Amino acid sequence: MPGKLKVRIVAGRHLPVMDRASDLTDAFVEVKFGNTTFKTDVFPKSLNPQWNSEWFKFEVDDEDLQDEPLQITVLDHDTYSANDAIGKVYIDIDPLLSNEAAAILSGWFPIYDTIHGIRGEINVMVKVDLFNDLNRFRQSSCGVKFFCTMSIPKCYKAVTIHGFVEELVVNEDPEYQWIDRIRTPRASNEARQRLISLMSGELQRKIGLKVLEMGGNAVVGYLQCFDLEGESGLVVRAIGTACTLDKLSNTATSLLPPCSSPSKDMKEVPFSEDPNPVTHSSGPSTPLKNQTYSFSPSKSYSRQSSSSDTDLSLTPKTGMGSGSGGKDGGPLKALYRQQTQSAFEHREFPFFTLTTFPSGFLVHVGGVVSARSVKLLDRIHNPDEPETRDAWWAEIRQEIKSHGKALGCHAVVGYSESTSICEEVCILSASGTAAVLNPKMLQDCSMEGCSEHRLSRQPSFFSTGSEKGEFDFFLQCQDSASILGLDDPLSLGCNFCHIPYDELNMPFPAHLTYCYVCRKQKVPDVLFTTIEPPLEAAVTGKGCLIQARLCRQKKKTQGEANATAISNLLPFMEYELHTQLMNKLKLRAMNALFGLRIQITVGENMLLGLASATGLYLTALPSPGGIQVTGKTPSDSSYEQHISNMQKKINDMIIKNREIYEINPPEILEEVLGSPIPETRQRSRLFRSQSESSDDVSELDLSHGKKDAFVLEIDDADAVEDIHSLLTDAPTPSGFYSCNTEIMPGINNWTSDLQMFTSVRVFRLNNVTSLTSQWLNKAFSDLCENLLKTLYFKLRSMVPCCLCHVNFNVALPEDELIQIAVTAVAITYDKDQAQYVSKVCTDKTLLRASAENEEQLQFTLELCMESQSTQCALLFSPSKAAEMTESGSLQPVTPAAQRATSVDYSSFADRCSSWIEFIKQKAQTIRRGSIKTISSLDKASPLAEAQARHRSPISCTTSTVVEMTPLSFIPGAKITKYLGIINMFFIRETTSLREEGGVSGFLHAFIAEVFAMVRAHVAALGGNAVVSYIMKQCVFMENPNKNQAQCLINVSGDAINFVRDTDVESAPSQSQASGLQTGNGSGDVVT
Amino acid sequence: MAVELDVFVGNTTLIDKDVYQLWLDGYSVNDAVAIRVQSGILEQAGTTPDVLESDTMDHYRAFQMLERLLHSPPKLINQLLFQIPPPMQAMLIEKYYTFEEPFVREVLGKKLSKGTKKDLDDVSTKTAITLKSCRRQFDNFKRVFKVVEEMKGPLVENIQQNFLLSDRLAGDYAAVVFFANSRFETGKKKLQYLTFEDFACCAEQLIQNWTLGAVDSMADDMDVDLDREFLQDLKDLKVLITDKDLLDQHKSLVCTALRGKVTIFTEMESSFKNLSRGLINIATKLIHTKDVRDLFVDLVEKFIEPCKSDRWNINDVCLFLTQYTNTARALDAFKHQCLWERYMGTVKSCILKMYHD
Repeated sequence: MPGKLKVRIVAGRHLPVMDRASDLTDAFVEVKFGNTTFKTDVFPKSLNPQWNSEWFKFEVDDEDLQDEPLQITVLDHDTYSANDAIGKVYIDIDPLLSNEAAAILSGWFPIYDTIHGIRGEINVMVKVDLFNDLNRFRQSSCGVKFFCTMSIPKCYKAVTIHGFVEELVVNEDPEYQWIDRIRTPRASNEARQRLISLMSGELQRKIGLKVLEMGGNAVVGYLQCFDLEGESGLVVRAIGTACTLDKLSNTATSLLPPCSSPSKDMKEVPFSEDPNPVTHSSGPSTPLKNQTYSFSPSKSYSRQSSSSDTDLSLTPKTGMGSGSGGKDGGPLKALYRQQTQSAFEHREFPFFTLTTFPSGFLVHVGGVVSARSVKLLDRIHNPDEPETRDAWWAEIRQEIKSHGKALGCHAVVGYSESTSICEEVCILSASGTAAVLNPKMLQDCSMEGCSEHRLSRQPSFFSTGSEKGEFDFFLQCQDSASILGLDDPLSLGCNFCHIPYDELNMPFPAHLTYCYVCRKQKVPDVLFTTIEPPLEAAVTGKGCLIQARLCRQKKKTQGEANATAISNLLPFMEYELHTQLMNKLKLRAMNALFGLRIQITVGENMLLGLASATGLYLTALPSPGGIQVTGKTPSDSSYEQHISNMQKKINDMIIKNREIYEINPPEILEEVLGSPIPETRQRSRLFRSQSESSDDVSELDLSHGKKDAFVLEIDDADAVEDIHSLLTDAPTPSGFYSCNTEIMPGINNWTSDLQMFTSVRVFRLNNVTSLTSQWLNKAFSDLCENLLKTLYFKLRSMVPCCLCHVNFNVALPEDELIQIAVTAVAITYDKDQAQYVSKVCTDKTLLRASAENEEQLQFTLELCMESQSTQCALLFSPSKAAEMTESGSLQPVTPAAQRATSVDYSSFADRCSSWIEFIKQKAQTIRRGSIKTISSLDKASPLAEAQARHRSPISCTTSTVVEMTPLSFIPGAKITKYLGIINMFFIRETTSLREEGGVSGFLHAFIAEVFAMVRAHVAALGGNAVVSYIMKQCVFMENPNKNQAQCLINVSGDAINFVRDTDVESAPSQSQASGLQTGNGSGDVVT
Repeated sequence: MAVELDVFVGNTTLIDKDVYQLWLDGYSVNDAVAIRVQSGILEQAGTTPDVLESDTMDHYRAFQMLERLLHSPPKLINQLLFQIPPPMQAMLIEKYYTFEEPFVREVLGKKLSKGTKKDLDDVSTKTAITLKSCRRQFDNFKRVFKVVEEMKGPLVENIQQNFLLSDRLAGDYAAVVFFANSRFETGKKKLQYLTFEDFACCAEQLIQNWTLGAVDSMADDMDVDLDREFLQDLKDLKVLITDKDLLDQHKSLVCTALRGKVTIFTEMESSFKNLSRGLINIATKLIHTKDVRDLFVDLVEKFIEPCKSDRWNINDVCLFLTQYTNTARALDAFKHQCLWERYMGTVKSCILKMYHD
């Protein structure tokens, strides 16, 4: 009996009137855990009952402790008829299981009913006594800490980052079971809530087991999602990054029991006797079921740092050859790349869900890699063997991995996965940023990895369908093992921009120049990533939210035909989105995108694409040229007039944007720069693949003088539309900035005035089929713009402020409905201080010293040694692809295989689309002219958010207030303790929609209720904020004719306790932990 | 294309005070948008009418949800649904319970019944206050009335505790409750010149001196109902006008005291008996509920109007009433000094408040 759960019901308040005759209620409470139920006495005739019950004790397995939620039901006693339920409270007791978490959970919880919403509150106390010692309970993965935060949590230090963990569990959806026809909606909703709670508990436990197996003690960047597949079931899946974390010693540490000291944690980490009951289900060799329909991947894609849209199917040869050292990087770079690469290639998926890394960890960033796949859902026959779903994800991950390799990167950071489901069609998407990580952090493995690498590497080299045939293979790894050019660029903040791939075998057509900061290494002209801007990045000016929006109609079809249609549309959508992003980026005179998230949503008769990112001007990258508009038919003078007008508008806007975002890199004369400027003024032609007349690009004089321009040729309606959409994006009102990353470079002194919000809109399009594509596009774009406009208006009292972590979620709940949900946080900043700070804080060392805890993080990566050669052979052999084809599905094993062996019914279309892609990529290039640069030390405005956190003039410490924020930190405050993960799922239903204020009233109340329940749980844990808050799902369904509506919301975040800096200052400064703890660790710990 | 659903929910509930006022004033969303447009907010914020409409709708919805809680302000403070900073909570409550002068003058002293509520559309037409706003204000009166009606302890404190209002507003509600309970007539044409504030002051005096609470601080309804024993006893004051000697003696004492001090001495001298009769008659009749209702009408008719017609100024009135009250002590045959002072002290304060120059 490993644990005893103790629950006490104290009191209730604001209960609803259950007895109309007396206007009172006779309330009592049922406390249920697992199969055990306790009851309190009835407290008669009161709306504010005082039960003051005894401690109810449940003796339970620790496995149950992890899986089961505590269920508290408040009922109204009725002598003559059945007792009426007032509502329920589900309490996840997982936060109490961690040895350093809250000892007691105590507070007022809203009593929630899925039909009536919140009905009063109940005061509950919960305690857990774990009898056994740490070692024993670790077997059930109790005590593994989970964090939603996408970086190393603030009061911890990473000893080891073990890598990617994933798991999924499936079940039947209670809503679709036969019994649902005879039970009440309330019973059905509660069954669903309970099941999902159970499933996420189980999922967390299983992930925890994997972490223990890897020797870790925590999961960071934990991302759990529900796929409501309808008839075919319910999937709960999660990914995360396993880590071994050490608590930084501060005041909080002293409160911990001695047995949980960080050093001990580490020693115990590898100890795991568990025979691993969990099927390690991912992997390329997972058998596929015959009944599974799967389609050749609609689009396997990778986005890189070039204006051209690149498909990796074109570049399999570079994909494999990427390990070879480039000429530009010099021999040492090549060596270190091999070392790290080998280290990473040994693991199945070298993915990291983290988006922020300690400085120096991220060496190079290659670009965004993404993969999508369209699947037909089928009933999950055996919930205990979710192989099909596992296999689907394994395919996608393999594809991502190979894309990463093609970019010369051994790891993928900022990795995330998502789905979009409509009826039986499901689009699985994954994306991340290909990156090279610092081998210093891989110290213990690097030597071994190097030798291993050389052995395994040659046989794995395999060039499929190489058109050129030749392959430049520079193996220059004989030199010293020290890493060249790392230290210097690191301090300049430009290193991560340097290309990781081989210049001569570029995986896509890109234009390279020498870095504008260090002048030694090559950089691309544009960089797209899914991560946060690195702390050390040199950024000029401020950033802004950039969105590309797209709507594509499709025929309403069923089954395979539908999936094929979607597959065929996807590449075009990705291409269009990419073009839009690029245009908008240029229009803002910026050269890099961070936090890129491309969401493709499938509906019955259309597909929506929404790409959001934060545009920035990276000092290291070349200044973007302007946008040049050219016409196809220069004969018509009015047409030319029109074009020159447009050109003028665009030019004006670029100039205006430079001012708004303070992008003024000082012009540096070429003479000053010296020689190492590559072929600069080459002019290449651009044409759009859609246009037949690709050759007649007019050679107009570029209005930007010597600078390069990105050419937009308007020869068809699409292009006009593009330009139109470029120019119609409303500018952010003055006083506002917005970004979808956590922090906005260039703004440093946040105040503690913050407001998290969720806004949801649903639009009805009438007669979708009769609408033109352009109209739909414009409509969708307007919807997003209007929503942003409303947000700016609503938050105008917070000016000057920045909307951070703006997260759009698009859904197509019905035929003609578009639903957009936005969650973000608005933070006020101090305008005057901002300028001051940006000037002062150019000194990087100063910056780093002040950065809270960051400098103490020590990363190492632990390697799992697998045979790389076999894996690669498996991946790239055509026979493998053929096998899969035989089994009834076509796999996206690699882009090459995919293209080469498409034999499925959808293969023809797929091949066509890939061919079109090919043309597109060939078609689009960038012109580049003179070079502009700045010296980073003069004008850089580095991220000093950590510093800003220490200076906030405002302090409001009301004990009752619980802050919520999607960011991983609270501005102007210090996180003292992480209290556990919040992961909640709620269903709300109504059969009196009109009476509740219509759909808006219903949803407004529900979202407010969800917030309230999150806050109550955090407060009960003794916390005062939720960080990394995210609303992962908001599924809204309505039936106004029946006066009904239903909504499901899934939210998560990390409960924390923080103190305002203003409160801390008076207290004596806390002693900081340094390398001491690390020294205590076992042998594999590296400092 | 139509917006089907449009919500904005902040972790801290966003409240725009201007929109709140428009909502309290009972404007429809469309009217509120029009008013906001006129205020020039579009230009100020550089936005469009549809944004304004969305924002207004959102606020209105939030207010509707809050209204349920505002009906019981302690709930608003304790509830978990909306996170609202305490100063904002206080503002919400105070403004929700604030009522308008024209409205309260129409309803003051009326029975807070369904019948009165039905007549609110007339009130609305007369006062140019929207019917919605009238209903809110009326319902507030009724709600406060119902809650404190049967409570022990001081009225103002009870209101404050149960509705978390400011001192001033709680006092005003005490007046409303008091007037409604005794159904004082305030709507007669003769009383039209009086403001709510005048009545509120009178109510405060009456509550302090004439209710049960003035003698027994633990009685039920102590501040709401008048002390019936006291009203009964007031009959004894009749001696001051029925006994000719006493009346003359009283008059001469007052005249002596005021000679040369008031401008209207002769008028005072000639009307003394009338005025004294008026005041005493009011006192002796107060045992009848109907006459209690007419207290203010009687005070105006029997005292204020005669004085006005003789062009007394407020100072004259004050001096007269002071002497009129004090000199009664010197009347040996008059045995009801306590009663007299309890009665006259209040009447004097009320008259002074009601006597507008």
